[in-house]
Amino acid sequence: MSKVAVKVDHVTMRFNLSKEKVDNLKEYAIKFVKGQLHYNEFQALKDVSITVNKGDRLGILGLNGAGKSTILKVIAGVYKPSEGHVERHGKMAPMIELGAGFDPQYTGKENIYLYGSVLGFSREFLDEKYDEILEFSELHEFIDVPLKNYSSGMKARLGFAIATIVEPEILILDEVLSVGDAKFRRKCENKMQGMFDKGVTVLFVSHSIEQVKNLCNKAILLDHGKLIAQGDIEDVAAIYESMTE
Amino acid sequence: MIWGKTLNNTIPEDIVNKYLKNFTRYRFLLKELVKKGIKLKYRRSYLGIIWTLLEPLLTTIVLTIVFSSLLGYNSRPGQPYAVYILTGRLLYGFFNESTKVAMRSIRANSAMIKKVYVPKYLYPLASVIYTFVIFLLSLMVLAGTEVVMGVKPTIHILECILPIIVLFLFSFGVSMILATISVFFRDLEYLWNVITMLIMYCSAIFYYTDRLKGLAAKLVRVNPLYCIISNFRSNVLFGRSILTGGDESQMFIYALVVSLILDVVGIYMFYKKQDEFILQI
Repeated sequence: MSKVAVKVDHVTMRFNLSKEKVDNLKEYAIKFVKGQLHYNEFQALKDVSITVNKGDRLGILGLNGAGKSTILKVIAGVYKPSEGHVERHGKMAPMIELGAGFDPQYTGKENIYLYGSVLGFSREFLDEKYDEILEFSELHEFIDVPLKNYSSGMKARLGFAIATIVEPEILILDEVLSVGDAKFRRKCENKMQGMFDKGVTVLFVSHSIEQVKNLCNKAILLDHGKLIAQGDIEDVAAIYESMTE
Repeated sequence: MIWGKTLNNTIPEDIVNKYLKNFTRYRFLLKELVKKGIKLKYRRSYLGIIWTLLEPLLTTIVLTIVFSSLLGYNSRPGQPYAVYILTGRLLYGFFNESTKVAMRSIRANSAMIKKVYVPKYLYPLASVIYTFVIFLLSLMVLAGTEVVMGVKPTIHILECILPIIVLFLFSFGVSMILATISVFFRDLEYLWNVITMLIMYCSAIFYYTDRLKGLAAKLVRVNPLYCIISNFRSNVLFGRSILTGGDESQMFIYALVVSLILDVVGIYMFYKKQDEFILQI
């Protein structure tokens, strides 16, 4: 098995940003006849190549609109890159937004099975881990209540508990550490620390440079879709800090 | 596990293997999505799943009263008019419901699609499967009505599984095409409402086709849904086989071929366009 966990190879991601979104036939036909069907092409990522080794904890830095979330979504397989390709070696746990697969009409219990299967777990596996999820999320008395009656903190707790039930080899985090109250945040951080100690590969996006410094050993810096720096966290963080001043 | 690999340099066998492997990985999600569709359809209604039986029964009563007392359609010997309507109504109902739900499925699940990788064809597929399960349950009403109305079943009733399979394939093909296009053009939902109405009137749900002449007769005959309904009636109402050659066999083969073509076209369109969905929803 190779040492590489994630390899992003010359990835370019293009979006068609039409000035107004043409999503109905009438407009499309009119614009087509008039020859006004042109798009403003926007490149969210420009020829980005990165290699993340197993056990690396990579922070992704950049200003708003630099392409941080886009690169995470490309790595997670949500976006298919316009050019280039991505290789992933290992079981991945994407935590881009906790509870993205939840259904508000479903109860907490039903959502555990639904969201669990979205993440690719089997029913038997979820049966086995059900108590553990319940324990971690501390939602015992609410588990049979429809999710629409949950607070956002409760949803985040449930989402985190389900997503971290496997020991992933690659963990993708997009600002998820800022959810819940201080007590639950500490619990999450402890659980993550446990995973880090086992050598999980982490890809982490956050605006808080402190959090990134605490968590990561490597970093990349994106600016308008271009990779402008990569290396050890201290070096890259210094460049980022000079940029934000 | 390699997902993002470009397909140009891999041989087809690899692609098929990759998709099969992915499908096994996500079969629990398919099951969950089907279950969710069924559970949520009737949640918060007092009668719950009983509505699958009650709804076709009530509409059939209304249609029977309207067409027999106002327009003078009557039962033919051994073929109660109510059963004639109910068969058409049930099959058309499934086609109508499954295509509509599947058409909206990508947009309805956009929150999930934007955040985690999931094979996207699962959404229209799950929609068609869950409406199909409800449809199969609703066939109990048909059995009950046939007994009450005194229809004498023959051995050919077992053949009705064939038109039912064709109906599934037909609805799935149409659903995949609609699901793909409606991501790009939202108007399709309104347009499809009109088209399904046209299909309904061309499906001989509440009239007999032997009175039709000229263009109308041709229009009904090229409608695969009519062919499926006609096959189904042969089996469960008229007690005739559809496999002995003749008109019904022709209709069966025609509907099957059209359905398979639609499946291939639908899957191909969906496969080609699925990576662009995320940019539209």
